[in-house]
Amino acid sequence: MAVITMREAISQALWEEMERDERVIILGEEVGVWGGTYAVTKGFYDHFGPERVRDTPIAEAVIVGAANGAAMAGLRPVAELMTINFAFLAMDQIVNHAAKLRYMFGGQMSVPVVIRAVGGGGRQLGATHSQTPDAIFAHFPGLKVVAPGTPHDAKGLLKAAIRGDDPVLFIEHATLYQFRGEVPDDDYLEPIGVSKVQRQGSDVTVVAYSKTLQHALQAAEQLAQEGIQIEIVDLRSLRPLDMGPVLESFKRTNRAVIVEEGWRSYGVGAEVAARIAEEAFDYMDAPIRRVAQAEVPLPYNQALEQMALPQVDDIVSAVREVL
Amino acid sequence: MVRETPARTREGASMDEKELLRLFHEMVLIRRMEEESARLYQEGKIGGFLHLYIGQEAVASGIISARRPQDRVITAYRDHGAAIACGIPVRAVMAELLGKATGTSKGKGGSMHLADVQRNFWGGHAIVGAHLPLAAGMALADKYLGKDAVTICMFGDGATNIGYFHESLNLSMVWKLPVLWVCENNQYGMGTAVERASAVGEIRQKAEGYNMPNRRIQGMNVLEVRQAAEEALAAVRDNDCPFFLEVLTYRYRGHSMGDPERYRQSEEVQRWQQDDPIGIFRNYLLSEGLFPDEALSAEEAGVEQEVEQAIAFAEASADPPPEALYQDIYKEG
Repeated sequence: MAVITMREAISQALWEEMERDERVIILGEEVGVWGGTYAVTKGFYDHFGPERVRDTPIAEAVIVGAANGAAMAGLRPVAELMTINFAFLAMDQIVNHAAKLRYMFGGQMSVPVVIRAVGGGGRQLGATHSQTPDAIFAHFPGLKVVAPGTPHDAKGLLKAAIRGDDPVLFIEHATLYQFRGEVPDDDYLEPIGVSKVQRQGSDVTVVAYSKTLQHALQAAEQLAQEGIQIEIVDLRSLRPLDMGPVLESFKRTNRAVIVEEGWRSYGVGAEVAARIAEEAFDYMDAPIRRVAQAEVPLPYNQALEQMALPQVDDIVSAVREVL
Repeated sequence: MVRETPARTREGASMDEKELLRLFHEMVLIRRMEEESARLYQEGKIGGFLHLYIGQEAVASGIISARRPQDRVITAYRDHGAAIACGIPVRAVMAELLGKATGTSKGKGGSMHLADVQRNFWGGHAIVGAHLPLAAGMALADKYLGKDAVTICMFGDGATNIGYFHESLNLSMVWKLPVLWVCENNQYGMGTAVERASAVGEIRQKAEGYNMPNRRIQGMNVLEVRQAAEEALAAVRDNDCPFFLEVLTYRYRGHSMGDPERYRQSEEVQRWQQDDPIGIFRNYLLSEGLFPDEALSAEEAGVEQEVEQAIAFAEASADPPPEALYQDIYKEG
């Protein structure tokens, strides 16, 4: 097991899949000569060449649209969106095309595309560059939405996304790229649509994913000092959503806190809470609590921005409240 | 109204008599299939939207008949003509319009979403302009995989004002993708005339803006369209560069079945109908002495029977089974 960063894990997944399968190509803004604006594809252009690592114009609709078309015609394109905020410019290609073509044409077409998008706030980039709109994309049947919280899962899930035949939106949190974790040395895949218990505990079920997984793990350390043991279920995929481990845990703890970086209204927490209520109401001993972003466009000022984002202390407080 | 040169007939390139008769059959088939589908729509047997191609038959037949089997075709929602010109049996088209399991898309797509990838027909796309980037991507894949294939992407004049159009033309030129862009300029985007929606009157000028080779032709004579398509496809292949073809045409019917047509006078429609693509072609075949009237009439009678049988097939076909509701959302899981 090597300890590597999230950036290295994602980069390795791409590199290994490109070595493995010539049909895998990368396209996006500054993925080639520049090496990726988050340096994920550094060195790719020189190694794989301009035919496989394609710098595009700044034109998100055609980046995703051309990736969809190339996927329909037999390639396995990985389109990179510099930030998920720009995915709104490609929304129609993501939700009206990638997600629907197989179904709408009676199963004739496959769109094995991966759309990598950098999401999340916390870097003082202002309201239009800091969003966590994961739940919006998870709303659409036909699309798979993956948002890993560890280097291990990032590498295994990205490889699975590239090898799979369905369209995947792969969300990478901008502030996790330097986060380090253990990654197996051999080739491995993580299944899409499978949640994972990242820490065992018996008092409260905490559901998290992506950046909030790391917040939840820190909260667990603090709470453990008070003798409170939380169990952390990492969703990893928002669609398909695997509620199995969440419900199994909830039936033991009878209490749940759901943490997401996006806004509370109509969000991931709302969905998970509703499913718990529908499927495990008899096990509920306390109201379910949601920890989420304040319902404001994220401000530039650092103190204000951090006030709006969910913090470790918010999780700690919410856990205490449900006990 | 835009008329550059009078419609006229001349010998198409590389066509024998069998192919001429096949084209005639195909255009009549598209026309009659659509006239019948209009009737079925009014009877409530076809739901949703129905956009008829009547008047534009020479474009689909002329362009698509010039392709090689490996050349892909993708078009917008006014797709019945392209579907039939790609060789999809009319009964599969009719069954899709009736929402049946035997339809091209198993009854899940409807009129706007016909496709048959085995015949290299990639749809039927109903978001204006959205299939242009798909065409660019398919051409990218073919080029990357070293296939000698051109993607023929057809769209209306209305699509040339949306961002997709400009992003796609630009990318296809920057990456030298093998795409034949075909703008079917039927004079109106829904009910808005070209001059009310587009800053340039000649849509081919937009391709000019991307340094893309381009041409504007009349689209009512199928042989002229065919010849222009052959030349354009050859240009894409020979020059390793996309080509833009603007084809002037006209739809006789409304934008869709629910169109009150307040935006044009019936005299205008009648003027265009004097240059009817099927009439022009029929007269040509007769006047050149290629076929006697009886041969063409026999062909027309054959089409009647084919359409009748297609409707009977579609009506007798089963609806998709309930379990189809949850099928084909994903390949896995």
